[in-house]
Amino acid sequence: MSNIDPILLLSAIIVVSTPILLAAIGELVVERAGVLNLGVEGMMITGAVCGFVVATATGSPWLGFAGAALGGALLSMVFGILTQLFLSNQVATGLALTLFGLGLSALLGQGYIGVKGPVVPDLYLPGLRDIPFLGPVMFRHDAMVYIALLIVALVWLFLNRTRAGRVLRAVGENHDAAHALGYKVVRLRLAAIAFGGACAGLGGAYLSLVRVPQWTEGMTAGAGWIALAIVVFASWRPGRLVLGAWLFGGATALQLALQASGGVQIPIEYLQMAPYLATILVLVILRAGRAPGSLGRPFHASS
Amino acid sequence: MIRLERRPEPSRAWTLATPFVAVALTMVAGGLLFALLGKDPIEAIRTIFWDPLFGDFASYSRPQLLVKAGPLILIAIGLSLGFRAGIWNIGAEGQYILGAIFAAATGLAFYPAESWLIFPAMTLAGALGGLLWAMIPALLRVRFGTNEVLVSLMLVYVAEALLASMALGLLRNPDGMGFPGSRNLAQYPSAANPELIVGTGMHWGVVLALVAVIVGQVVMTRHQLGFRVRLAGQSPRAAVFGGVNPSWLVVVCMGLSGALAGLAGMFEVAGPAGRLGIDFNVGYGFTAIIVAFLGRLNPIGILLAGLLMALTYIGGELAQLQMNLPLAAIQMFQGMLLFFLLAIDVLTNFSFRFGRRAVA
Repeated sequence: MSNIDPILLLSAIIVVSTPILLAAIGELVVERAGVLNLGVEGMMITGAVCGFVVATATGSPWLGFAGAALGGALLSMVFGILTQLFLSNQVATGLALTLFGLGLSALLGQGYIGVKGPVVPDLYLPGLRDIPFLGPVMFRHDAMVYIALLIVALVWLFLNRTRAGRVLRAVGENHDAAHALGYKVVRLRLAAIAFGGACAGLGGAYLSLVRVPQWTEGMTAGAGWIALAIVVFASWRPGRLVLGAWLFGGATALQLALQASGGVQIPIEYLQMAPYLATILVLVILRAGRAPGSLGRPFHASS
Repeated sequence: MIRLERRPEPSRAWTLATPFVAVALTMVAGGLLFALLGKDPIEAIRTIFWDPLFGDFASYSRPQLLVKAGPLILIAIGLSLGFRAGIWNIGAEGQYILGAIFAAATGLAFYPAESWLIFPAMTLAGALGGLLWAMIPALLRVRFGTNEVLVSLMLVYVAEALLASMALGLLRNPDGMGFPGSRNLAQYPSAANPELIVGTGMHWGVVLALVAVIVGQVVMTRHQLGFRVRLAGQSPRAAVFGGVNPSWLVVVCMGLSGALAGLAGMFEVAGPAGRLGIDFNVGYGFTAIIVAFLGRLNPIGILLAGLLMALTYIGGELAQLQMNLPLAAIQMFQGMLLFFLLAIDVLTNFSFRFGRRAVA
């Protein structure tokens, strides 16, 4: 225990939690619009492979991230069209999206296993990076870490301070009433789903380009599901989402640090269970707030 | 302008036709996708759907049909019960693993003693393992209102870690020169789940799967449990007024599906797999979700869907060997099948109308 450096651990938590935070903020918007997309894992892994393929082909990690966002958004549109236009069951369609994404990504990434991708440089923040303790923990990361936090802040602003955000929440709370008021329920939800897909794609690309960084089949290993759990944990509020992501990042980073330190006599397999058990524990202990009223219900303008 | 109009009642014709149309569309779309990837689409479709049954090596692959369909059907029958009632057990993969661990541990505890009691004891242990693992999300939902989708899914990853630790630690074959994996149960006569009729792939798990189909059909149409499940699925509030205890229903549906998944794991570890290794689970628990939907959550339908999915598994392995397609491509294929199924399903409840809406 004693040979774990707290600065390294905290800095690792930030990195580990970033992909989950990205996927979760996207899903939060989707769920606030009243749609439950259980396909986060599938969109994340598709983003991971798209990002990696584009980044290695162009040599630019930023084009990689853009490709990942596009890939995630495109895949999410399969879900969007099925649930919004064909009125399919959202739980079943989300699961299908995950299975499909896992397969598709394996197919796309076939030639990229073991390939080395371009390096994502750390963002150089003069001054900030030299603050004792806080500098190495918070300000020596790559740009995506800050972009993720920025997205969270923008989503908060959007949901609470803009008209479009209020309309989106109204659609999520009661789609029939929103429809009666003349809001375009389906169009708005499709946009939210695409945003969720793009964010999940970014999260996946963060795994394949920064965290790991290479492509392996099934590399998301449940991160998408953890993101879904964090949205529930956060009671659909962006602020608490960050806290949730850091908590789960903490569980993961701590078990990785314990593995590396070798100081504890716990088999690696049991340490690997930690993030998943922590997720369950938090779901049990912290009762979620009220979910958006129309969450998961299909909408058909029959009147 | 095309728009959807709700049918007065679901169309029976479309309910039956949907799976077939979905399979046909999947073949077309899958073929296009393979063509995009530079593989011959006709050859890919033939390798996946035709060769396992009638190709050059069909005598090897045909028995595999029942071997793979057995666990899929067994798990899907259990899942369909909960799905009908709006109870989403997504963690059958984990319950399958726990069933296998419990059963293997029971069998290995008696090694090398011989008794006819060992196999039944393992069967019970397998069912119990799956049941207990499913009780975690069930009881958490009943007691704390946690989401069973997330909890049962998280437990899949926990189960996989547990499996690895068992294969590397407690259940490792002491005579295995340090390699991971348990003793081969298929070579331990009292614990083995052998092929019952040579060349068919039929083993006790397949027999049980067929029994489950029949029992499932009877329960669904004739028993009170089936009535309650259908009622809860169609109208949860009406079900409560009708005397159905929602907590009881969650525990029963999750428990039954967990036990069946555990049994599937037990028959697999004692038969076709033989030993408990790190890579013991191959995704039956997830594919069974597709089987359940493709079979319209109906036992007979699940039987047919299970056979079809087993075919794609075997075909996927063939395609991997002969065409260098990754095995996961078949997962994509299966996901696509579910997409088409869900998309066409709209026609069961809605009909398309062309032209402008009439003024009411």
